[in-house]
Amino acid sequence: MKFLNAGDSAIIVELGNEISPLINSKIKKITAFLDSLNTDGIRDLLPTYRSIIVYFDPLKISAEDIEKQIVDNCNINYDVLEEEVRDIVEIPVMYGGEYGPDIENIANVNNLSVEEVIKIHSSGEYLVYMLGFTAGFPYLGGMDKSIATPRLKEPRLKIPGGSVGIAGEQTGIYPLESPGGWQLLGRTPLELFNPNKENPCLLNVGEYIKFVPVDEDTYLQIEREVKSGIHKEKRYRK
Amino acid sequence: MNGIKILDAGLLSSVQDLGRYGYQRSGVSTTGVMDEFASRVANKLLGNDENAAVIETTMKGISFEFLNDGAFAVTGGNCETTINGTPIKLWVGYKCKKGDIVKMGICKGGLRNYIAFAGGIDVPIVMNSRTTNLKAKIGGVNGRKLVINDEIEVFPIDLKTVELKKFNEKYIPKYSKEINVRVILGQQVDEFTEKGIKTLFDGQYSITNESDRMGMRLLGEAIEHKVGADIISDGMTIGAVQVPGNGQPIIMMSDRQTTGGYTKIGNVISVDLPVLAQAMPGTKIKFVEINRKDAVELLRKREIVVSDEKNYMSRFGVKKTGPLNPLPLLKRKVEK
Repeated sequence: MKFLNAGDSAIIVELGNEISPLINSKIKKITAFLDSLNTDGIRDLLPTYRSIIVYFDPLKISAEDIEKQIVDNCNINYDVLEEEVRDIVEIPVMYGGEYGPDIENIANVNNLSVEEVIKIHSSGEYLVYMLGFTAGFPYLGGMDKSIATPRLKEPRLKIPGGSVGIAGEQTGIYPLESPGGWQLLGRTPLELFNPNKENPCLLNVGEYIKFVPVDEDTYLQIEREVKSGIHKEKRYRK
Repeated sequence: MNGIKILDAGLLSSVQDLGRYGYQRSGVSTTGVMDEFASRVANKLLGNDENAAVIETTMKGISFEFLNDGAFAVTGGNCETTINGTPIKLWVGYKCKKGDIVKMGICKGGLRNYIAFAGGIDVPIVMNSRTTNLKAKIGGVNGRKLVINDEIEVFPIDLKTVELKKFNEKYIPKYSKEINVRVILGQQVDEFTEKGIKTLFDGQYSITNESDRMGMRLLGEAIEHKVGADIISDGMTIGAVQVPGNGQPIIMMSDRQTTGGYTKIGNVISVDLPVLAQAMPGTKIKFVEINRKDAVELLRKREIVVSDEKNYMSRFGVKKTGPLNPLPLLKRKVEK
């Protein structure tokens, strides 16, 4: 663990320089600790793949104070990931068709059938390493390389919110309508970001998501429930 | 409705406060005013909370009509401003009558203006803040920049309780075409060569036209990396000096994305961010190294300037009390 300067009102708690579940677990731990402090000197926390940025008011708390609190209270001296519980969020996905116009392309590139692509994509559990790029966009880890597919040569100007795509060895979900070059294999009716909800973001750093294939009727049913605000996503601990 | 109607929305005008904090971990940028100094002073001239929502304009001001009696103050760049055709001073609070028309011109010196209203702008709070996030289309007026005919609500306030102030002229910033900007080295400074770090502080940079609320793109001598500019993404603070592969620095500002995958050599200190916010494209920048302790000390001194009530003088001079002024103040003509 290293503490890096980021100006006079922020420090970076750096845990490593790679993408790994081990680093993510330490970031989760330190973030939870700082959240629990509840001092008004700390203004915001920003966990990422490799670090946590702590925004603070240097006239209320010093960088050294924050660093000491972390060193004294967070035990992160482990090199193997502890057997941990996984918080899973289920993401229903309607694969293929107009919902996932590139699924055949993904299958062809990898010499697989469309059914095999769906099976592989929906059997993994994907760790939410960080949220960024746009509001609520999850950077996910854990995709099976057998369905890796390069980005589209020409990005689409408009991709519907909820689209699930693949770019290289990564999979992700577009929270809102936006342009983009990911190969689309399906769409979820869930809202990943809704600024008017008490918790605007569906996902949190450190959670795992699991894609669950649904048929069109189920998709439309969930979509109606989401729109009327009565849908409750499936979350469980494993 | 209590508020104003926009008659000319300027070039890029939006409702902002001091930023949306608490959601960066969800990928939501802080946004918020570019020049927190000018914005906070504007609010204090009217007795508002410092974080009250204001209108931020860019390069060109706005024109608007008061839909009821109100009070306002303009701070920031040197922008000619009139009430019903009569020029007024910036960094000073004024009262207006229903129907009064305020017109603002082009910024001559500085780049952004802040227009605060007594009571504060009343737009819905979205995720802890009233500020407009133009990219995510949330906050402010329907998540967008202002357009002609927008009617903007202001919290009703008893104007008799509003004491108009003027800011101590000594502390009004002078906006220059050549600025010094102080930087604390940090973040991925180890990814740069000695020569690269020396270049940052010895070279001169100019602000290019491709600068906006997201970031100030600079042009000057390229800053040398040891290996490359790409890193596994980490977070981006306001004022971060990011150096991508071409070696030309970009200073991240209010609308920056929360995370980014390029090396950052250091960070501009808090008290110099308002200076950058007011720097027009073409402005020459000289970076000066500073340590964190000195930067915090400068911030402490600056905060004294902002919060010291003595720097907000009554527009009507010192109030006299006692035998020197035996008549009740009721008969005095109230300035419009």
